[in-house]
Parts: sequence; C-alpha cells; structure tokens
Amino acid sequence: MRYLIALLIVASLPIQAQFDATSADFEKQTISIALAQEPPQLNGMKATDQVSIFMLSHVMEGLVRYDRRGNVVPGVAERWEIDDTGATFWLREEAIWSDGEPVTAHDFVFAWQNTLAPQTASEYAFILYPIKNGEKVNVGELDPSKLGVRALDDKTLKLEFERPTGYFIKLTAFSSYFPVRKDFFESKGDQYAADVDDLLFNGPFVLTEWVHSASLRMTKNERYWNKDKITLNEINANYITADTRARLNLFIDGQIVQTRLDGETYKDALTQRFRIRSFSTGSVFFLEYNHREDRPTRSLNLRRAIQHVFDADEFVNSVLGTPGNRAGRSLFPVWLRGVDSKFRQEYPAPEIDLDLQKARDYLEKAKQELGVEKIPPLVLLVGDSPTAGKQAVYMQGLLKVKLDIDLKVDIQTFKQRLAKMTAGEFDIVGAGWGPDFDDVMTFGDLFASWNLNNRGRYNNPKYDDQVRIAMSSSDPKTRMDAMGRLQQILFDDAVILPQYEQGVIYLMNPKLRGVVRRVVGPDPDYTYARVIK
Amino acid sequence: MLMYTAKRLLAGLITVWFIATATFIAMHQVPGDPLMNDKAVSAEIRKNLERKYGLDKSTTEQYFIFMGNMLQGDFGISFTQQNRKVNDIIRDHFPVSATLGILAIFFAAAGGILWGALTAIYRNRLPDIIIMFLVILGISVPSFVFAALGQLLLVNINSLVGKSIIPVAGWGTISHMIMPSLVLGLGTMALLTRLMRSSMLEVVNEDYIRTARAKGLSPVRIFFRHQLRNAILPVITVLGPQIAAITTGGFVVELVFAIPGLGRYFVQAVQQLDYTVIMGTTVFYGAFLVLMVIIVDILYGFVDPRVRLK
Repeated sequence: MRYLIALLIVASLPIQAQFDATSADFEKQTISIALAQEPPQLNGMKATDQVSIFMLSHVMEGLVRYDRRGNVVPGVAERWEIDDTGATFWLREEAIWSDGEPVTAHDFVFAWQNTLAPQTASEYAFILYPIKNGEKVNVGELDPSKLGVRALDDKTLKLEFERPTGYFIKLTAFSSYFPVRKDFFESKGDQYAADVDDLLFNGPFVLTEWVHSASLRMTKNERYWNKDKITLNEINANYITADTRARLNLFIDGQIVQTRLDGETYKDALTQRFRIRSFSTGSVFFLEYNHREDRPTRSLNLRRAIQHVFDADEFVNSVLGTPGNRAGRSLFPVWLRGVDSKFRQEYPAPEIDLDLQKARDYLEKAKQELGVEKIPPLVLLVGDSPTAGKQAVYMQGLLKVKLDIDLKVDIQTFKQRLAKMTAGEFDIVGAGWGPDFDDVMTFGDLFASWNLNNRGRYNNPKYDDQVRIAMSSSDPKTRMDAMGRLQQILFDDAVILPQYEQGVIYLMNPKLRGVVRRVVGPDPDYTYARVIK
Repeated sequence: MLMYTAKRLLAGLITVWFIATATFIAMHQVPGDPLMNDKAVSAEIRKNLERKYGLDKSTTEQYFIFMGNMLQGDFGISFTQQNRKVNDIIRDHFPVSATLGILAIFFAAAGGILWGALTAIYRNRLPDIIIMFLVILGISVPSFVFAALGQLLLVNINSLVGKSIIPVAGWGTISHMIMPSLVLGLGTMALLTRLMRSSMLEVVNEDYIRTARAKGLSPVRIFFRHQLRNAILPVITVLGPQIAAITTGGFVVELVFAIPGLGRYFVQAVQQLDYTVIMGTTVFYGAFLVLMVIIVDILYGFVDPRVRLK
C-alpha cells in the first residue's frame, strides 16, 4: 500500500525535461527517431505513404535531389538539358549501388517502365505520365518498351515528353523516379523490398537493420558519391508507434530527437517549457460538395449561402485550436510558386464577404431553385478522428444557427469513408489534398472532369479548359494566368469550401541541426543533419 | 484420457472451421473497400490489384480458395504490408505477444491468488476493503489509462534519477518488459483476485476445513494444503481463456510501449480491411484459444483427482 502511494506520488510529479546523450550523440553522430508505423512498402515503384517515402529518400537517390534550401541539385545525374520536347540526363561516373555495381541509365529505364506496367498496379504511376506514352503504357494500350525513355549508353538517359512539362526536373527527385536494377529486382521476385537483404541502395544512407514493427537502422553509405557532405553516421528508428503521448514521453526521456504534437500533447509540451516549433505541411483541407444531379448541393445558391457564413479565421482559431494552421482561402496553398514569386501573391485568393443577409438571400433562391420549403437535411461525411468529429459539430451548429439547415454527420472509418465518397453517398464531405509535386498543377487539376479524385463529380468545361491550357504550355505566365482564372472559377462556383492549410507543431532536440521539413518529398529530411555539442 | 483428448481436439477443429467461416462472411459484409486508398486509381490498375489478391472472383470462389490455402497453412500476402506473407507476420510477432502475455499472466496469477487469499483471510476488515476497492478500479479503468500512467511513471523515475534506467518504450531486454506486462496483467489480476476471494470464502466453510481444525493441524498447513488447493480450481478454469485473451488483447499496451506484437496487427487489420491479415490472425488466435481451453480441461485431472477424464 505504501509502495502504491509512493508510486502515485512519483507518477504525479511535474516532469523535468532532460537531454542526455541517448537521442543525439555528438561523438558518434547518431540520432534516434520514432516512426509512426512500419514502412508498408519500400519498393519505390509502389510506395505511396509518407513513412515509406521518408525511408526511401534517405537510402535511395534519383536523378536530382533537393538541397537544404529546397533547390534542385544534381543527384545521380551530373547535368541535364530540358526543353519542351524532352530531356537528356548525363549520369555521374561515381554513382554506385551498395553492392559496388555502377548505377546506369538502364536502371532508370527499367524502374520507370516497371512502375507504369499495368501488372505492377502502382498507385503513383500517374506521376510518370509526363513521359511520352506513359499513360498509354499504364492503361495497357502500349507495351512498356514503347515508353518514351531510353539509355543512349550506360551513363546517358534520354526521354521524350508527352507534353511540355516545365516542372519535370522536380519530379525526378521523387521516390517513384528512383532507379531499380533489373537483375537484382528479378532475382528477388515477390520478395523485393521485403527485408534488408532484398533491397539495393544508392542514397546517402543504407538500411542495415530491419526488425519488423520494432526498429530500422540507416547507416551512412560509404559508397555514396557525396559522402563527405553527410555528417550523420546512423539514424536509428528505435520505436514504431502511432501514439503521440508515448512519443512525447520518449522525447521527454531523451530517447528520440523529434516528435509531432497534437491537441492533447500540445498542452503537456507547453507545461514542459519546450520550444514548440511549427511547420506547414502544404496540405489543404476543405469541404467538398456533391455536384451530382440528385443532390441539393448541386444548387450554386445553396453553396454560396454556406460560403457567406463560413468564417475560416474563426474556424482555425476556435475549432482547430493548435497553432500553425492557416485559414483556408483557396484550393491553392500559400507556399506554391507562381511566375516570379509566390502564386498567391501574384494571384490573391478572392475575398469572401461574411454577410448574413446575402447568405439568406442566396438560401431563398436555392429553395426556389430546388422547389422546396426548407432545405432537406444534408449529409456531412467525415473521418473518425477526434478532430474531424469536432469540425463536423462546428459546421452543424453554424449552419443550424445561421441558415437553419440541418446537417446529419456521418462518421466513417478511413476505408468506408473513401467507399462512400467514391459512390457519391454524401452531400458534403470533409476532404483534403496534399501535394505530390512542387507545382500548382498538383492542386489545379483536382476538379477537372476526368480526375478520379474529383469525387463530388464537379463538371465545368471552363474549368477543364484552364487545366488544359496550363498542361499544354511551358510558359510560366500562360500557365499561372490559367491557374489564376481557375482559382476564380472555384470561388465563383463555390466548388469547395476551403477550411484550412494544415500546420503541425513539433518538438526537436536542440542539439540537432540541419533538419529540413518539406511539403513535397521526404519529411523530415535528416540527410544533411548534424549533432552539435 | 487419450480418447477424451482426441474427441476434444476434433471438436476444436470444427470450432476453428466455424470461426474461420464466420469471420470470412462477416469481413466481406463490412462496408468499404480494402483496395481503396487516398489516391484514386484507374480502372485498369484497379483490375490488376483485384487480380493480385483474388478479389476478381466471386465471394464463394474466394471462400473455397481461402479454405484450400488455409488447410495448407498459407494465409496469403498482406494488403497493407504488401511484400509480407501473413504467415511471416504471425511467426515474427506472435512470440513477442506471447512473451508479454506469459509475463502478464504470471504477474496476474501470482498477484490474484495472493491478494484473493489475503482478502478472504481479512474478510470485511481494512485490508479487504482497500484491496477490493483497488480491484474494482483495476476492472473498471481501461488499460490505456494504466498504460499511459505506467509510462509516465517510468519517465518520472528516469527524470528523478537523472538517467534513463528503465526504458520508456521499445522491446528487447527484460527491463523493457516489466511495465507493459504489469499493465497488461492488471485487469486479469483484479479479476482473479475477486474469483479467488469468493472461492476461498466458500472453502472456509467446508466440512473438511472444520475437520482439519478439529484435528489440530497448524493454520499454515490448513491454509496451504486444504484451503488454497481447493480454492484455486476456478482460477485455473479461467486462466486458459485469459492467456489467450491477454496475448490478443495487448493492442493498447503494444501501441503505447511501441512493442512489435501481433495484437497491433490484429486490430489494425480490421481498421484497414486487410482481408488476409484479418483471416490469418483471427484463425490463429481462434485456434490458440480453443487449444488453451482443451489444455486447461486436461490439466484439471492433474490438479483435482476427483475429476476423471472420459
């Protein structure tokens, strides 16, 4: 009993932050981290999730890579030439695989053909569509050998474009563009990437240990051509858990260098007097309407009514609560590049005037248009996370009080929400979009009539036109102008209701420097990190 | 005895078959689509994915293919960990859950029997009241609370010492195992304490205890030889199923303490509609549970000579 009381007392003591040498070791230049989950797929041709891409980007290297400031710098390719019709890459002699064989242009050709081959069933295949015949190969119309890329010799890679792609160089840093060596891949069969011995590496680090669901170790690659620029000797992913509180405890105990905070753990971290950092993930969250003919939300006036009562600032401050989030104004987040500076500076998002009277006028028009006395209850489909529930309740209250519209909240698990979204069983759905590459188009084509992710089935030829203009041109001004017009259409048509641009807050061991947070690609990026004394 | 075992094993096999069939049907009734992900894929890629996992066939056909493979001990490839065989997942992660579970059961049984006997001896006096209060707490407070508190306790101990003496999470050495297995065993310990207490109280009033007292046996001898041995039977009954429950029910503890156990796969597979892992883990745990019950029933014969197995 006395023992138990003593335990309770110890458990309730205010904790003091400590940083002993465990999570970041200056002498050895090693760090320890926690992963949210076991990497589900280390086959670069098929990886789609963040953890796998994070791992892959540390142990592999594409034609180019990003430096600490986010600029494209040479990777396997020493230099390149790109024009409207295609590109040529000259590979460096020193680029070698972890077994000592050289990385050749054939390895890229093989990987890209394989990613697009229908049998591979890669979910990220679309990211290679800028290569000539990419889409045709992917849907099975053409044989993979017809893909517009070939190796002129071992160290020269030449490719043709399907259409001018100004941002192509940035794509080649992405994991779907990483090389794979044919003989090794074929010798492994189904087992490829299943374990440490079933992978070849050519990146700054190599995977040296993988205990499934328990730990992974990345060790500095002594054969990496640019190894002098790499300071860390080891990155140890010693813990795999999605529990944010457990990760905070590990951080306090000095076991991991970095942890993300949520609404709950944020308060605890504040009392610890840790320095809380924030970072914008680049993702945009919005409510997507169902534009199908049998849904009340097909009415533009109804959508405009909702547009005129929703205050994104209030939403971010009082509903989301945690710092780092930015009020949503547009489908295009603020970090996207425009012609010379940021897209949103050159093409400001249209301002919404929060006018209740206007909203109610729109609502009256919507009722007439739909031929109803009262708007029927609308179904709001959301995910099953605590924050999604909170956001849904806020919307429910807002629409009831301001517009007397009833919202029925339909909370579903991830897969079931997706199934319902695809089947169109909703009026409004809580959705979000994260960038796949560093260009406005990663957001811009989302509501094109042909886009499979356009689950509300918005269909507007004018919108499609803008996407086509931006897709077929390589002139930045033409493209951005089209996207600017597209931003206006999104607003005028109230296609979606932007809610927020996501920010995350996290803690980082102050002894670790040079960690890069990114909106596209591996995040966090420890490649150029170092431990200071 | 042999006949009895054979009969029980046969009945067990039928039970496992029933579990597999019921799970298969229930799983396919769950709305949602196991192949769907954030990014929509083209019809062509979709068809290839369906072919890879055999989802292009009718449910009946899938059922017979699954049963055929299961009889050969093959559960297929996971949907979420796309390069891993379900068999490998079970082989790699069950030993971890089992180690954790056995330790937890050890704590639970030792604690439960001890506290249960104590409360019976001090019936309606202070120790009884305090322990029974804690027992109610142990049964009603969910394990994620204990897990979080337990972890916080470790962080505080380390912080007081100024050095990480007990790992806060992770897996590998015995010091990694102590706190999670304590937390995991807590609920079972509470349950066993209650069971032990009532069974002890029943035994105290039996004639043979009075006889033993009348013979002038020492209280210690009466307690161990006559009271405890008779009272422990119901505890053993529930121990079998509890072992199975504890090795499967460790999801929260495994998550909080970052333990690579099978419990995580068991729960996450259902959330992610990972058909092959759902089937693999359910059938495996079902078979394990059935086996534990049979073993306990056979053990009866050894603990209690009055039980004859026919």
